[in-house]
Amino acid sequence: MLTEDPQAIYDEAPCGYLSTSPDGRIVKVNETFLSWTSYTRDDLLGRQFSSILSAGGRIYHDTHYAPMLRLQGSVREIALDIVTPDERRLPVLVNATMQSDENGDPLVTRLVVLDATERREYERELLRAKQRAEESEARAHALAHTLQQTLMPPSLPQIPGLDLAAVYRAAGAGTEVGGDFYDVFEISTDDWVVALGDVCGKGVDAAVVTALVRHTLRAVSVRTSSPAEVLQVLDDVLQHFPAQRSCTLVLLRVRRDATGWNVCISLGGHPQPLLLRAGSAASSVGETGSLVGALPEPEFLEADVGLEPGDTLLLFTDGVTEARSGRQMYGDRRLRAAAEQHADSATLVHALLDDVLTFQSGSPRDDIAMLTLTVRQ
Amino acid sequence: MDPLHRNNVRVLGRDDGQPMMFAHGFGCDQNMWRFVAPAFEDDFKVVLFDHVGAGDSDLSAYDPDRYSSLDGYADDVNEICEALGLDDVVFVGHSVSSMVGALASTGAPRGRYDKLVMVGPSPRYIDDDGYRGGFSRSDIEELLESMDSNYLGWSSAMAPVIMGNPDRPELGQELTASFCRTDPDIARRWAQVTFLSDNRDDLAGVDLPTLVLQCSQDAIAPVEVGEYVHRAIPGSTLVLLDAVGHCPNLSAPGATIDAIAAFVRPPAAA
Repeated sequence: MLTEDPQAIYDEAPCGYLSTSPDGRIVKVNETFLSWTSYTRDDLLGRQFSSILSAGGRIYHDTHYAPMLRLQGSVREIALDIVTPDERRLPVLVNATMQSDENGDPLVTRLVVLDATERREYERELLRAKQRAEESEARAHALAHTLQQTLMPPSLPQIPGLDLAAVYRAAGAGTEVGGDFYDVFEISTDDWVVALGDVCGKGVDAAVVTALVRHTLRAVSVRTSSPAEVLQVLDDVLQHFPAQRSCTLVLLRVRRDATGWNVCISLGGHPQPLLLRAGSAASSVGETGSLVGALPEPEFLEADVGLEPGDTLLLFTDGVTEARSGRQMYGDRRLRAAAEQHADSATLVHALLDDVLTFQSGSPRDDIAMLTLTVRQ
Repeated sequence: MDPLHRNNVRVLGRDDGQPMMFAHGFGCDQNMWRFVAPAFEDDFKVVLFDHVGAGDSDLSAYDPDRYSSLDGYADDVNEICEALGLDDVVFVGHSVSSMVGALASTGAPRGRYDKLVMVGPSPRYIDDDGYRGGFSRSDIEELLESMDSNYLGWSSAMAPVIMGNPDRPELGQELTASFCRTDPDIARRWAQVTFLSDNRDDLAGVDLPTLVLQCSQDAIAPVEVGEYVHRAIPGSTLVLLDAVGHCPNLSAPGATIDAIAAFVRPPAAA
């Protein structure tokens, strides 16, 4: 039977063995450790273990390793660099246990040291890969944000006699470009177009369609004053566009008349806007029409609404009414009640956004866009 | 934000005693004081807490801006004092928390703090013209690298525990017993704040009776740094402990207790 010499087991072990006194001085060391590091036994006996570590490793030792060892009695897989007499660095992993007497006072610490040269290189690769992944995530975030900004007017135009306010909030963490958008532009003095819509899907593909929708609306609205006609042309454009994406849209042609403002509304598969008038309940306005870019024979209707001083028209996407909390939906009734309660039209969209976000515990599953148009008193 | 929850504040000892607040340093949590704090529970109201990012603090409260300098940590300390209605506090700070205490006391209303105990303080770790802090900037870079490679090992070791193993309860116990755990990203930022700060100019503004507790062999805060702090704080007391390392609260708790006790309990007038 094969017998093993305990001294050889210690000295020739395939790992470094060290023992230190409670204050960290090396009191015993095996041959393997000496041959790995080219220290002599005399170099090491009586010396602080931390003194043969790299400066960074020494700080780590004194602030992490030593406290943990004292508090837990052991540490595992601590990564350190040992600096050899010829200034080489030996990456090692250290396991250590602290032996204590019956009063809990430390007697001796035993360390096992494993050569981790290749493992450390692999870990560095992993760390670099992790850092690269984090960087590209940050870039994707920034890109989505920038792209999103190009799909919405940087600020709303000033219209004499009309107050505008709008909010937009992308779904989730905001790493993807959303499908909701809005636009307000001038045709001539006292003649404006307001659009708010929701392109099916999200991401870069949806962003391309959103840009197309915006530019088509701007180009066609110059030629005709009928929003239903504009939707008809947009439908045609989308049906012929390779992306085959549909959208919902509320399109307003807003013109000043003798008594106030006339709004001609056309809807393409979009929720009806709410008319908020002092002393009356909120009412839905506009005639429901087809989804834009999806059907063989779409139908778009028009409805005229006269806005009086103090009236507010609220446009919103289904991210508002279809917001969910468990099985509950935010819904039309809640929106009407919230809109009626809030007297100040300038801050209405912000208050509603807060309400919808709170309802969904702060993390919306769909994009949210809202816009209000208020005739100044 | 409730500072008592945010900083995992624990109040022990005598309810009507003078408050004694213990602040842990970089690398650990309030467990750092487990051999020292109990010695003061008979006479003092002992307050322990974890800095945000360490121990059982509320990680969601970590705000990189607020904690980009030691002032954010000092604000936390003052908010804890306010929330507990503390006055006349003996503040005991280990390592970087010595500077946190200095900043907290100079920014607080008079009467909030009574005395300051600095265990292993350093107002600046990096060498500068005519000043020896003990480290170069590349040493600190090396520390950050060292932390990265250690957390790589840590996260995999912690993963099964974090995922939850109801059929292996011993893993849960292991987590409870694993002291000094810190969120890796926060720890990295904290290391930068700790080791790249320069608080030398703040020392002259400390106008409390101050005890500087210095270990005789400390690689993180060498004796000459402790002497520098002592010279810079007018009227401070320097006590040299015969201890190795940066954590006398763990390696020499008896001597640490004696030195703090002698400072906070002056002998009764004859």
